[in-house]
Amino acid sequence: MLRLWNFTFVGILDHGPTIAAAIRSNVSDAMQLRADVSSLDGWTVVSLFGELDVASAPNLREQLIQLVSQGSHLLVLDLEGLDFLDSTGLGAIISALKRARTNGGDLRLVCTQSRIRRLFEITALDKAFPLFTSLDAAVRA
Amino acid sequence: MAVVELEIPARPAYLSLVRLVVDAAVSSLAPNLGGARLDDLKLAVTEACSNAIEAHQSRVRVHEPVVVRCELDDQTVTVEVADRGGGFDPTHLATLPAATDPQRLRHESGLGIPLMRTLADELVFEQASDGTTVRLTVYRAGSVPGS
Repeated sequence: MLRLWNFTFVGILDHGPTIAAAIRSNVSDAMQLRADVSSLDGWTVVSLFGELDVASAPNLREQLIQLVSQGSHLLVLDLEGLDFLDSTGLGAIISALKRARTNGGDLRLVCTQSRIRRLFEITALDKAFPLFTSLDAAVRA
Repeated sequence: MAVVELEIPARPAYLSLVRLVVDAAVSSLAPNLGGARLDDLKLAVTEACSNAIEAHQSRVRVHEPVVVRCELDDQTVTVEVADRGGGFDPTHLATLPAATDPQRLRHESGLGIPLMRTLADELVFEQASDGTTVRLTVYRAGSVPGS
């Protein structure tokens, strides 16, 4: 049994070394969420990299609120760099969509990764959010 | 059966570590689970852990750990998430409007349990007086337990 507490190995038996090595090889800055902001044809593009979950969603929610309040009512969220998305992250995206539309704008999503698209498909939110396959397709639709 | 158990503080920053441990345990000990099903399991476990962390924080039990236990055998991978957040009734959840209903966008939360039900092959909630254990099971490739 491998027991971990606050990143410290309290005790490691049998499978512990194999699992510990796999964890070390995957720990990286990719676990954090990074948002790069750019513009394309009058749209504000927010490209996300890393993991969007309950830990990172609040900051992204605030960042998107700020963008809309500063006049960026046409938003494209590029999800191609996301490694993980959960329901809390989805909630932050829904929040941004509502704000954009309340201000006469819109929010579109670029997503081709099957693991990320699956969440939209399971929740049927792909009917509320069309998922585009490229930035060009998203801004020209 | 192999067992990997992880205790984490009830803080969202530890969810990445939980996913890493689940990924590593499955990749090492149940490699025939398949990448897509592993992604499903990690998402379901994240949803369960998020609920557990929220339960601890709402009961001011942030210093007590959430326990995540992975059990891997020839046919299944099961992850239990145990909290001490006081319990809840999983049958008393708000019904969300259809995705095409404009009212649907009023709901920014409430997807966690429906997601777990869809992603896992088996889902069990065990209520105790001081907390809840969520048990998520996915079947390994070619295995339907009991058949």
